Amino acid sequence: MSTKILDIQNLRREFVVGSEIVRALKGVSFDVNAGEFVTIMGSSGSGKTTMLNILGCLDKPTDGTYHLDGVDIKELSRNELARFRNTKIGFVFQSYNLLPRTSALENVELPLLYNPAISSKERRDRAIHALESVKLADRLDHTPNQLSGGQQQRVAIARALVNEPVMILADEATGNLDTRTSYEIMALMQELNQQQNKTIVFVTHEPDIAAFSSRTIMLRDGKLQKDSKNENQKSAKEALELLPVTDDY
Amino acid sequence: MNPVNLIKIALRALQRNKLRAFLTMLGIIIGVAAVITMMSIGEGSKQSIQSSLSSMGSNMITIMPSSNTPGVRMAGSSMQTLTLNDITAIRKDAEHISAISPQVSSSGQAIKGALNWSTSIQGVSPEFLDIRKLSVKDGIAFSDDDVRSSAKVCLLGQTVVKNLFSSGESPIGQIIRFNKIPFQVIGILTEKGQSNFGQDQDDIILAPYTTVMKRVLATTYLQSIYASAVSEAASDAATEEVNSILRVTHRLRAEEEDDFSVRTQAELIKTLGSTSSMLTALLTAVASISLVIGGIGIMNIMYVSVTERTREIGLRMSIGARGIDILLQFLIEAILISVTGGLIGVFLGISASLVISSALNWPTIISESSIIISFVVCAFTGIFFGYYPAQKASRLDPIDALRYE
Repeated sequence: MSTKILDIQNLRREFVVGSEIVRALKGVSFDVNAGEFVTIMGSSGSGKTTMLNILGCLDKPTDGTYHLDGVDIKELSRNELARFRNTKIGFVFQSYNLLPRTSALENVELPLLYNPAISSKERRDRAIHALESVKLADRLDHTPNQLSGGQQQRVAIARALVNEPVMILADEATGNLDTRTSYEIMALMQELNQQQNKTIVFVTHEPDIAAFSSRTIMLRDGKLQKDSKNENQKSAKEALELLPVTDDY
Repeated sequence: MNPVNLIKIALRALQRNKLRAFLTMLGIIIGVAAVITMMSIGEGSKQSIQSSLSSMGSNMITIMPSSNTPGVRMAGSSMQTLTLNDITAIRKDAEHISAISPQVSSSGQAIKGALNWSTSIQGVSPEFLDIRKLSVKDGIAFSDDDVRSSAKVCLLGQTVVKNLFSSGESPIGQIIRFNKIPFQVIGILTEKGQSNFGQDQDDIILAPYTTVMKRVLATTYLQSIYASAVSEAASDAATEEVNSILRVTHRLRAEEEDDFSVRTQAELIKTLGSTSSMLTALLTAVASISLVIGGIGIMNIMYVSVTERTREIGLRMSIGARGIDILLQFLIEAILISVTGGLIGVFLGISASLVISSALNWPTIISESSIIISFVVCAFTGIFFGYYPAQKASRLDPIDALRYE
């Protein structure tokens, strides 16, 4: 459990807006080991989104180094970054970003279509397997508008899993969901983390969501404010059971 | 990137919006169908004009009187500049002329028993049959002797036979009257059908020109002269020759205009050919415009679709699509739309041509070139008009695209 998946050293990111230089990240350093469940927290303007973009290989730092699975991101071209995202990172977005009018199965297959090494048979098998692991094996042919918000997010998680990435990167993945469904998603995340040993980096601004992770990184004004191990990690499953059962759900 | 996967991606994207894909296609379908139909109509009419002209005798030369005097100019047929002397001179001096016949005609009523028919009688020499590619089906043609003796004999076209004789009755040897002058029928012409201009070529009575000139018209002038050049290629030389011979016999001074005009079929074929080529070009141009508009339709829809699918593009990029993958996806979508539309258009165009030729009786010829050209053009249209939106899509920044509202 000591393999470093993420290694960030003195990361800076500056944007030029008009004649001003906006410093979104002012030298952040941390690393994440395989199998960790990290939440990155921070209020708006803290550099959270910039950090997420860089972690997701969608953006490159202005200064400092970022190694993902031992590869220095700065050295990669635009196309190599795309390839890297395809094989190393599984994205889960706040608004699911599923293709409309497309079955769950085809949505999950999507990342594999951009991986020429995978045959169509294998693609299908892996997509079905990923959907099974998010407990949606009976919804393969459902299109997003036939699924609830929580189910859609689970399809999105299956899509993030299907390429067997080294890291799942979730961006406010529970932001559009009610408390109960949020907890269900977090329970799923914990299960993936604990049973399948997936490394998860979860960006959120909700403290009760962060409580389910094993470690919390707080950003403030582009700097690392706090990096703390979560000593009493809550179980989302138990939290779910404690929720009052309501009639309208 | 695996091309099969790319095509699969593009196909799935199109499937998500079948109706829109079809509506976009419609422009291309109509464009291609229009091009093929128009070209087949143009090509068909061109061929039918040319084939009927060569059945009239493509080496035929016609000499018509024309006016060279100032003042009121009369219609060619009422002018009196061509005479039998011209025939004699041409027969004697022209080397490129193989046959020559004077022509005079008079319209009137042909009567046989209780039946009558309004037609015209043509006074010609026996060579006329050769020149006009006519042949005698029953009986015999009149001879030079008949010409010399102004014999009252005639050959009838099928239409005249039909109108003057009841079925089963043989006209050969019978006497008909044309403007009260009796003619003995000695032969019947083979059916020739309609000319290009809708003229019934079988509504004809042929008689020796001497007979018509003396007994029917009482004139010494010819309405026109028909001649054959030795070959179609010699038509131009023959025209020159006839021109110079006639200027001598008509005693025209160098500065005077011709008082006759010489026309060859080659000229007519060329003129009509180029007219119908122009028509084809015009029709094709109009049809091509609809093809271009169809292409612009593709560009329009693809462009809107790129904007509308910005988040989808962002997602695809974030899960590993490279710029080139996005570019190819949109390009393939455009090409699939235009090629499918093109195929349907080809099918529709061919069916439309067949329907037109059978329902309206217009000659249509579907040339492979028109199919190939329109198909290639529409595939090219897809690439051309699909490229710009596709490129726009491929250059999106994944971060911005993902957050696009």
